[in-house]
Amino acid sequence: MERKYLTCINCPMGCALTVEMEGDEVVNVGGNTCNRGDTYARKEMTNPTRIVTSTVRVVGGKSDMVSVKTKEDIPKGKIFECIEKLKNVQIQAPIHIGDVILANVAGTGIDVVATKNIAGMNEA
Amino acid sequence: MRDYDIVIIGGGPAGLAAAVSAKQNGVDSILILERDNELGGILNQCIHNGFGLHTFKEELTGPEYADRFIQQVNQLQIEYKLNTMVTDIDSSKKVTAMNRDEGMFEIQAKAVILAMGCRERARGALNIPGYRPAGIFSAGTAQRLVNMEGYMPGREVVILGSGDIGLIMARRMTLEGAKVKVVAELMPYSGGLKRNIVQCLDDYGIPLKLSHTVIDIKGKERVEGVTLAEVDEKGSPIAGTEEFYPCDTLLLSVGLIPENELSRGMGVEMNPVTSGPKVNESLETNMDGVFACGNVLHVHDLVDYVSEEAAAAGRNAAAYVSACGAGNEEGQEIALKPVSGVRYTVPSTIHPAHMSDELTVRFRVDGVYRNCYVSAYFDDERVIYRKRQIVAPGEMEEVKLTKEQLLRYPDLKTITFMIEEA
Amino acid sequence: MYDVIIIGAGVSGAATARELSRYRASICVLEKEEDVCCGTSKANSAIVHAGYDAAIGSLKAKLNVRGNEMMGRLSEELDFPFERRGSLVLCLSEDDMPNLQELYDRGVANGVKDMRILSRDEVLRMEPNITDDVYAALYAPTAGIVCPFGLNIALAENAYVNGVEFKFDTEVKEIKKLDESYELDTSQGKFRAKYVVNAAGVYADRFHNMVSAEKIHITARRGDYCLMDKEAGTHVGRTIFALPGKLGKGVLVTPTIHGNLLVGPTAVDVEDKEAINTTAEGLALLLAKAGMNVKNIPTRLVITSFAGLRAHENGDDFIIGEVKDAKGFIDCAGIESPGIASSPAIGEMIAELLRDKMDLIEKEDFVSTRQGIKDPSTLSMEERNALIKENPAYGNIICRCEMVTEGEIIDAIKRPLGAKSLDGVKRRTRAGMGRCQSGFCAPRTMEILARECGMSMFDITKAGGKSQIVVGTNKDTI
Repeated sequence: MERKYLTCINCPMGCALTVEMEGDEVVNVGGNTCNRGDTYARKEMTNPTRIVTSTVRVVGGKSDMVSVKTKEDIPKGKIFECIEKLKNVQIQAPIHIGDVILANVAGTGIDVVATKNIAGMNEA
Repeated sequence: MRDYDIVIIGGGPAGLAAAVSAKQNGVDSILILERDNELGGILNQCIHNGFGLHTFKEELTGPEYADRFIQQVNQLQIEYKLNTMVTDIDSSKKVTAMNRDEGMFEIQAKAVILAMGCRERARGALNIPGYRPAGIFSAGTAQRLVNMEGYMPGREVVILGSGDIGLIMARRMTLEGAKVKVVAELMPYSGGLKRNIVQCLDDYGIPLKLSHTVIDIKGKERVEGVTLAEVDEKGSPIAGTEEFYPCDTLLLSVGLIPENELSRGMGVEMNPVTSGPKVNESLETNMDGVFACGNVLHVHDLVDYVSEEAAAAGRNAAAYVSACGAGNEEGQEIALKPVSGVRYTVPSTIHPAHMSDELTVRFRVDGVYRNCYVSAYFDDERVIYRKRQIVAPGEMEEVKLTKEQLLRYPDLKTITFMIEEA
Repeated sequence: MYDVIIIGAGVSGAATARELSRYRASICVLEKEEDVCCGTSKANSAIVHAGYDAAIGSLKAKLNVRGNEMMGRLSEELDFPFERRGSLVLCLSEDDMPNLQELYDRGVANGVKDMRILSRDEVLRMEPNITDDVYAALYAPTAGIVCPFGLNIALAENAYVNGVEFKFDTEVKEIKKLDESYELDTSQGKFRAKYVVNAAGVYADRFHNMVSAEKIHITARRGDYCLMDKEAGTHVGRTIFALPGKLGKGVLVTPTIHGNLLVGPTAVDVEDKEAINTTAEGLALLLAKAGMNVKNIPTRLVITSFAGLRAHENGDDFIIGEVKDAKGFIDCAGIESPGIASSPAIGEMIAELLRDKMDLIEKEDFVSTRQGIKDPSTLSMEERNALIKENPAYGNIICRCEMVTEGEIIDAIKRPLGAKSLDGVKRRTRAGMGRCQSGFCAPRTMEILARECGMSMFDITKAGGKSQIVVGTNKDTI
């Protein structure tokens, strides 16, 4: 049996969680004050995911950069691959919030979308 | 001179929400003055997610959250001017502003809503000794450079301050290719959200050193390294604990200060604890018809609360404009008094006659308290007490008061807020 | 070959250049930094002392009083900020009264005008925030405060307009004495001149000792300062000194010409002549000491701290004049306090010395005046609108703390000897010098610098050399 240690993120308590693992399976969660800690620990140990936010270069826009995010959570282990895929992406203005910047990033099935409107260079 | 019913100083989250609310409460003549080249304020550079859970029941990034309000401003056809700096507001609510196209101009407002936000504390405020080379940035400046302009301020980074901006920037710098070596925090606890400690530091193996500070900065032209040391309970460095970190960048995330130069200039009375105006239940300052909301009033940790507070300011300003000329008898005034553990309250005073059915009193505590009560005494009687497993300075607290409740105490002079041991 | 090379574009070098530019001569200033006013001249108390401090008969005494007299007119001619606010030297105990009297007598002997010894009540009426322990004070109404950058830059610009060349990033490595001239080997090649003025601040001993057998020694004496927000700027109205007494030499508390409050300096001798780092002990000490003279100093309003070096010569006086065993080599060494106050007189003295030696003839077309960067905040709304109409950049505020417009920043960059770095812009316009210490305006000032100078953002520096601000673009190392 293996023990892993986590900090619960649900509230300022920040309970120190101890997770007992049997292979890939969570056997027991300890140290939590409420149920949210249990749920968090199980998800975090078996399938941790994150929204990734970053920037992409803009061509012909009022701004040189546009902020982007993964439309939904992606596996935590894919964060850096996602960032690498965004490295050389350039996107033509105008850009609208929600525009797909990169589909199915790093094979996650999740799209990277714009989170800001960027007007074209000559728009009013 | 142009006339407006309500002039709002600042087009960030507070100014936008105040404008929308004022319009929805029946005032048509509204003008937002914004110094930057777009609406949205600091949200435009906060590209991370986590905004809007309270307001929109979904997680948005900063620019997306701002856009929700910008859309409303546009739909409601609220006037605004960009790239426009307010240089002065006088006690008669004459606003002097300036921009490239119109030059310097004056606007007469019936009501003013102060929504200028805050600025970051600089190195000098901490008196961090050492050289003054390039490579020392406030975290927000670095955030702007990276997130809006695409420039990297450095490659090897030490961050002082574990408030949310510091934590968020640790992750941002890492994801854009920098090596963040350590985050140091003067206090024995982080001022940031647990979620940010886990997802911005732990996820990337960035150490957090609590009770540590920067005691020296090396490098004559560009930062070459900083020395961290552990501090004692008084915050003084402990000899023998010094550790040198080679780096080319030091980011400072050491606190925010409400930007109240305009407010002071017009004679608004300040609360020395918040560095923001003293306000009553209507978020109105000591000056008639001058309201304040958002980070210019007190520094918030969640933008959702800024929007909520600003909406109240907008509503109250609208009521003020509508009632103009009518009698404004204040009647009973209750003072709110922060003591043991509670640093301040917003508002500072309540006139029950003017409050809406429910009023949210917001405040911060001065340290971490576990298993305690957040209590409010109506004069000598403990009326409100709520058991809390933990309260911390990083999270704004609130207590709701109802009009009905206050009307039951017609002779009430003071409500005292405190943290009590369970 | 130049007629005169001046080493150093600090306030002494610039004052000398400006006074010499009245005459027909080819003059060049060599400066190791990227701008004028980068050494001792940029980090000091910015006080125009009245002149009672220096020993009777010393060069310091003579040039201080003369420089103080000249400063008013010079500030009008060259359009830099200067105000005669007056100074007070506090005496905290009756026992120290003889020392205060001595200071007064010395002032009289040095030619300082209008001094008075004030009683405790008079002092407290004048400055209510002075410590209640005050016993008496020496009041010198001729003392003043000046913008040290403004003074230095104005002198240099005016010299430049009158034909003086300035070479920056040019560090003098060796000086060789030839028959009738000197050869200066620098980081930018060799230069020759008939006369050399050594105004090299803390390095003046190095150059002196290259050409003379009679060695001098300059100690870099570091002083830490704290600068407070303008909110604290009226805490005192005059420069407040402590009378050197039982507790040693105190620190001064003064309003600055731009409305901040300045406290400092400490005094620590340092080996490294570039050691302008502040120290925790220094900053703590000076705030404690300042508190002994002035009550309730709002230390929470500190917006920045900095350290400067004084060029202290062992003989404790300015060394100005031709070096005995090095004909044509003019020292301007050991210029520490009251160097700022003395600078106009230093320039005058060296220029007259060279005029007589070289038989210089005055130019007919000498331009004696200079216009500073326009400060729109001094204009009426009508004037301001006319200015913005003519140049909309004056309607665009870049530094919101100091309310500096894009127009002023462009002027600072485009004018003679213009700014090339963030610090250069800051010293000329105050953009970035306010309470947020450039947090908001630095990225915008960088854009303006890049655009106006045709530089890339990666070439923009804080203060020349390797002080680049941004080092790459997002993900460029991924």
